[in-house]
Amino acid sequence: MAVSARYDAIVVGGGHNGLTCAAYLAKAGKRVLVLERRHVLGGAAVSEEVFPGFTYSVCSYVVSLLRPWIIRDLELSRFGLEMIPLESSFLPLPDGRSMCRWADPALTRDEVSRFSRHDAELMPEFSKAMSKIGRFVRPIIDSPVPVPTSMNPSELVRLLKLGRHFQDASVDMMELRLKLLTMSAVDFLDEWFEAEELKAPMSVSGIIGTFLGVRSPGTAYVLLHHYMGEIDGAFRSWGFSRGGTGGVSNAIANAARHFGAEIRTEAGVREILVKGGRATGVVLENGDELRAAHVVSGCDPRRTFLGFVGAEHLPQEFVTALSRYRFRGSSGKVNLALDGLPEFTCRPGDAHLRGDIAIAPSIDYLERAYDEAKYGSFSRRPYINIVLPSLVDSTIAPPGKHVMSCFVQYAPYEISEGAEHWPEKRDAFGETVIDTIEEYVPNIRDLILHKQVLTPWDMEQEFGLSEGNIFHGELTLDQLAFQRPMSGWARYRTPVRNLWLAGSGTHPGGGVMGSPGALCARAMLGTNGGSG
Amino acid sequence: MALATPFHPRTSELCTSLAFKEWAGCHAVRRYDVYQDREYYALRNQATLMDASPLYKYDVEGPNAADLLGRVMVRAFGAHEVGRVSYVCWCDDQGKVLDDGTVAKLGERHFRVTSAEPALRWLERSSRGFDVSVTDVSRRIAALALQGPLAREVLRPIVGSGLDTLPFFRATPVRYAVKGTDVEGVVTRTGYTGDLGYELWMRNEDALAVYDSVMESGRPFGLLPMGLDVLDVARVEAGFLLAGVDYTPANRAFIERQKSSPYELGFDWMVRLDRGPFIGQDALRREFATGPARRLVGVEIDWDEFEAVHERFGLIPYIETATSREGVPLYHDGRQVGYATSRAWSPLLKKYLALCTVESAYAAPGTQLQIEVTCEYERHRVKATVRPTPFFDPERKRA
Repeated sequence: MAVSARYDAIVVGGGHNGLTCAAYLAKAGKRVLVLERRHVLGGAAVSEEVFPGFTYSVCSYVVSLLRPWIIRDLELSRFGLEMIPLESSFLPLPDGRSMCRWADPALTRDEVSRFSRHDAELMPEFSKAMSKIGRFVRPIIDSPVPVPTSMNPSELVRLLKLGRHFQDASVDMMELRLKLLTMSAVDFLDEWFEAEELKAPMSVSGIIGTFLGVRSPGTAYVLLHHYMGEIDGAFRSWGFSRGGTGGVSNAIANAARHFGAEIRTEAGVREILVKGGRATGVVLENGDELRAAHVVSGCDPRRTFLGFVGAEHLPQEFVTALSRYRFRGSSGKVNLALDGLPEFTCRPGDAHLRGDIAIAPSIDYLERAYDEAKYGSFSRRPYINIVLPSLVDSTIAPPGKHVMSCFVQYAPYEISEGAEHWPEKRDAFGETVIDTIEEYVPNIRDLILHKQVLTPWDMEQEFGLSEGNIFHGELTLDQLAFQRPMSGWARYRTPVRNLWLAGSGTHPGGGVMGSPGALCARAMLGTNGGSG
Repeated sequence: MALATPFHPRTSELCTSLAFKEWAGCHAVRRYDVYQDREYYALRNQATLMDASPLYKYDVEGPNAADLLGRVMVRAFGAHEVGRVSYVCWCDDQGKVLDDGTVAKLGERHFRVTSAEPALRWLERSSRGFDVSVTDVSRRIAALALQGPLAREVLRPIVGSGLDTLPFFRATPVRYAVKGTDVEGVVTRTGYTGDLGYELWMRNEDALAVYDSVMESGRPFGLLPMGLDVLDVARVEAGFLLAGVDYTPANRAFIERQKSSPYELGFDWMVRLDRGPFIGQDALRREFATGPARRLVGVEIDWDEFEAVHERFGLIPYIETATSREGVPLYHDGRQVGYATSRAWSPLLKKYLALCTVESAYAAPGTQLQIEVTCEYERHRVKATVRPTPFFDPERKRA
């Protein structure tokens, strides 16, 4: 068994958060090694040429919230980060109508007013209200959460500061916030808008990555996360990464290497070594043993603690809390290589296809999709979020041909036959998605050159996402902030000394944000400061 | 009334925002769409095409062409090989900068000068005794700036693969393939965006045919027409000065302190002092010995502090997408030591950037200054750090 030189830190998992953490540590002069099990970097933020000539963003397909301060700190544009903004949100409807919301507010007002003049007028006010709320939330997602039960004076100061920050709000704002915390996405939107065609596609932001429906209480809050990208205003972080989402991971990896980190692919970890309650290194799948002063896991909490560490090294109450942490993957992904541009019957042309396309024709449609999932089957008519990044990025498909990425919800991990039976259902699931799209794009089948279908089971097996949850655990209120992944362990530390958690299972959660990785590195380096 | 450039029939049709401005007496598009981001990201991710025809252009020809230019400008051209393009400035007799532009050596005895300001009189004034002719071709030669990482892919089908070996800051004669025939012109690997890019020069009568050909070739690559607003952001990212904004051309200055020397503008590297006489030489020798009093530098405005100022009012920072040319003071220890002349938010770098003139003692990269920002009609100061320029310098620019 080979024993190598000692590292300051070994990062398990070369996803975008693990890489971000490694880049920050390396930048601070630490000797860092990143170990990735697969042959490509990126984890779920990955680009792969699955079919010759076509590059798929296999899992994560838009970059919503990559933090501007991380782009600055790591000089990511210098290392190849290239972002292309999403230009629109298109909603095709089965009755031949359609609505497109554009980056240009005047155009959007025009489109929405065809459905409701009332809603068209109210949209800027709604955006303002959400931005104001978002202003209160942003300091929380950009810094480690204070721990409310702590008696540590610096924690109390942080908490107090944050409290004061919230008190600044007017009564209106407090009311609005309370509503956001408790209501369903649909109830919340009902208070503002009347047009179903506007509310349905807006409400889905509240359910992505959760196993809840648009009418389930608590989903209003998740809507807000979607508005964060808009609050970034000048930052405009909603976009495609050129070359696919893997471009983000590659840029972070380039930065990490530039700062001196070592990165190995096809280097799967079998075990995180723990001696005397302290992490001391890792054992690779090939049996090699590597030592480090600190071990960081970019993987989700279940995989980290039960997969690599083992319950025997953990306090029982921690293991119990971990078993209660919900994953409940609820989505699948279908990636298509197309021979040409799909034509939506309701609106020919391609100007409106450069952003995202939502198959979410009504609230009932979405709720019905959830009903089926509740009882253990994938939705017969699911919510689909489609993007055609090849329209704005010529590097990912041959000229005139296109990549169509379809995020599909609901595809529950626990189907009634048992999750392990997903492989037998994979084809039927893929067909359901294509059948659904066919209702809007009749010639879709003639265009398909290649099809990749990922079920929650596949996401677990191939990408290590427990129960196929794309966010390393549901993004619900009780699993956010100081309760992510669990109360008492929300600050990247773990019950195993010198073992740290840097993935989306930590605050502030999922999405291609980079914050968990960066905040974990800062916690390790002791540079998080006391400000909230 | 402003004139139409040769591309006006196309650009005016594409410009749905109707946002034009005047540039050197011509109509120029500020942005094609109300929403400017598409153009910006096309420039940095794909390619953009901009009408650069309003630039002033002069052909300097004859046995003494290089001698004349060496006398007027701060560097010599005698030893340059054909095809070389130089970025250069020229001064008045007191060594104060009149303008900056490019000089392309198109033939043994043929140079082409481009400038932001009219330069015919200045070139002619200096040409006495030289066997040289200076021709204003500003309104005869049309120009397009084709810029962005995919510019080479867009242009190759039109001018051939010779393009692949054209180095940075070189010119080559070309034949543009247009509508089943071809027309002559020149391509230079130059630009004002700090990105990979080319400038295409052609006769006015061929302008529309070349334009159509480039737009057609660019379609699969996501080529978009680009206006001056995005150019203004890109040139700040690239650290390029703009005459009339970041410095006042000496002949337009009303008082002495408005004038700038090449050393003050960071053009030190251009100036070749030890050679035959050239305009401004004595004054520049003196300034070289003492060092300039001021320096033009790049500055990064601290975003966290900028945000904090807005946060005090409960506001989210908002910055116009176009570059601000409003002069703003810079401070050190409470004393004003300079001013910003161009400020722009870089969507690519996620940084708030400025081009500034500061007292030389505060010009070293890393120097911490403060810049004035106005929020809710109140003045505040936030941290601003001197940074080396270009802020954005991709390898592809030279590769």
